[in-house]
Amino acid sequence: MNSQSNPTSEFWAQSRGFRSAVVAAARPVYWSIRRELWENRSIYIAPLAAAGLFLCGSLISTVRLRLHMEDPWKSPHGLMDQFELAPALIMGIALIVGVFYCLDALYGERRDRSILFWKSLPVSDVAAVLSKLAVPVVILPLLSFLITVATEFIMLGLTSVVFAGSGANIGELWTASTFLRLPLMWLYHLLTVHGLWYAPLYAWLLMVSAWAPRAPFLWAFLPPFVIWGVEKIAFNTSYFLSMLQYRLTGPGGGMVAKDHSHDFAAILIPHHFLSTPGLWSGFLVATVFLFITVRLRRSRGPI
Amino acid sequence: MACIEARGLRKAFGTTVALDSIDFRVEEGRILGIIGPNGAGKTTALNAVLGLIPYQGELRVLGRDPWKERDLLMRDVCFIADVAVLPRWIRVSQALDFVAGVHPRFDRAKAEDFLSKTSIALDRKVKHLSKGMVAQLHLALVMAIDARLLVLDEPTLGLDILFRKQFYDSLLNDYFDGSRTILVTTHQVEELQHILTDLIFIDRGRIVLSCSMEEIEARYLEVTVNPDQVASARALKPIYERQVFGRTILTFDRVERGRLLQLGEVHTPSIADLFVAVVGSRAGMAQGAAR
Repeated sequence: MNSQSNPTSEFWAQSRGFRSAVVAAARPVYWSIRRELWENRSIYIAPLAAAGLFLCGSLISTVRLRLHMEDPWKSPHGLMDQFELAPALIMGIALIVGVFYCLDALYGERRDRSILFWKSLPVSDVAAVLSKLAVPVVILPLLSFLITVATEFIMLGLTSVVFAGSGANIGELWTASTFLRLPLMWLYHLLTVHGLWYAPLYAWLLMVSAWAPRAPFLWAFLPPFVIWGVEKIAFNTSYFLSMLQYRLTGPGGGMVAKDHSHDFAAILIPHHFLSTPGLWSGFLVATVFLFITVRLRRSRGPI
Repeated sequence: MACIEARGLRKAFGTTVALDSIDFRVEEGRILGIIGPNGAGKTTALNAVLGLIPYQGELRVLGRDPWKERDLLMRDVCFIADVAVLPRWIRVSQALDFVAGVHPRFDRAKAEDFLSKTSIALDRKVKHLSKGMVAQLHLALVMAIDARLLVLDEPTLGLDILFRKQFYDSLLNDYFDGSRTILVTTHQVEELQHILTDLIFIDRGRIVLSCSMEEIEARYLEVTVNPDQVASARALKPIYERQVFGRTILTFDRVERGRLLQLGEVHTPSIADLFVAVVGSRAGMAQGAAR
């Protein structure tokens, strides 16, 4: 009996040990991410503000439609456009926030000397850099997804109220709206494109932020221009530019959100995306950038 | 076990040698003051100990290599670099939350207890606190961590005399328990004199003097020499001579107290005077050699 119970309890003890080790490793990352949100409130304020402004605008436009008694679905500036504009706007804002966040993430702490405080705590440079990467790659996409869904929901509600009793088919509004058809697509798009596909871009920005003696913005955006110019003059080619374009516009299949005529199921199966060589070469580049970033974080002091 | 052990510790920035192969050893439970002029290499030495800069030579802090294991080392080591390193945007409560979140040995209740004795409110942001309050906050965070080594680099820089006094009083009364080790650099030497157990003078990247306070009291004596005995006093080879209000004060190293008592008033030099005597006489020697 004993010989049977021992391995079991050992297994449990081991799994507990493993779990506590995972918790111990995750705690600094968790708290570092929270710290990033405390410091950079624009991460959630900017998309929320965009959503708020958008709702104001859409309310005005909906009321105008109602006053002119147009059929909301036939009008050239109809409601469908608005429902598609909202996610684009919020995701775009989140992208811009992500870029500026990355540029300041490792530069700001050196400029205000607080790096000395962060380094006086038992948080490794790897944990610090990864938690900063998590903000544009995980936190911002998830946040903008939630905000987008909430915005669409509120917009539907407002539209229903405005058009109540006008004779317009409100039921059709709810069934035809993108809100009910597309959230999974947005989530997929956000996580794959804004998260994974753009990871090397964010890693580049973080690396520049960790290295730049001043003006990280210039150091991040001038080198690509210089490389493009030199390549153009020396070889009369523009491989670098097309590479950059490919990275910025996404792997075709990844930008599915705009293309909702396709069969969802086929697109949502991520094997197309995961088998894109560009994704994996992107990961490789991102890894190299992040490795350098961690080394820089370790050796750089306040400026 | 030695808390810090350095052998041939060297650090150069370009062609400037900040630390020139120094050796030192700090036992646990000591309070070591590192004194030196600006640019002597004090901060460089501390940064090496804290794993903030790479170095040449051998260095073990609590048995670890600080450059390779900074994050692990920081579980047992705390440091206050100077008053201005707490991020300005952080709230007092957030600072407590964060340290409690990442530090396994942080006692939040202790930090809050310390803060309750100050006028710092938990919902204030660091940028709205005065310089002295920021130092108090940082001290509250550090004192609530059960660390084995505390490193203070000019911790009271720019603070007024009341804050400075409070700072060192809390450090001694509430923190130091005889088993912890404290490493401190400061220009306000006088305020530290009574709390140190050991002393290192450092000048131009080299250690000029390294000994315990007892040794200093046993070795160094200062004599305010009677005017008629200046010549015979000089014959005993003082290491330094200065004039105050027309009287000659000579500093002696390892000269019998009995012999000096005949020459005038004998007392133990202050750290600041001793520093000037030891470092100043070296500088004089260097100039003499150059001539």
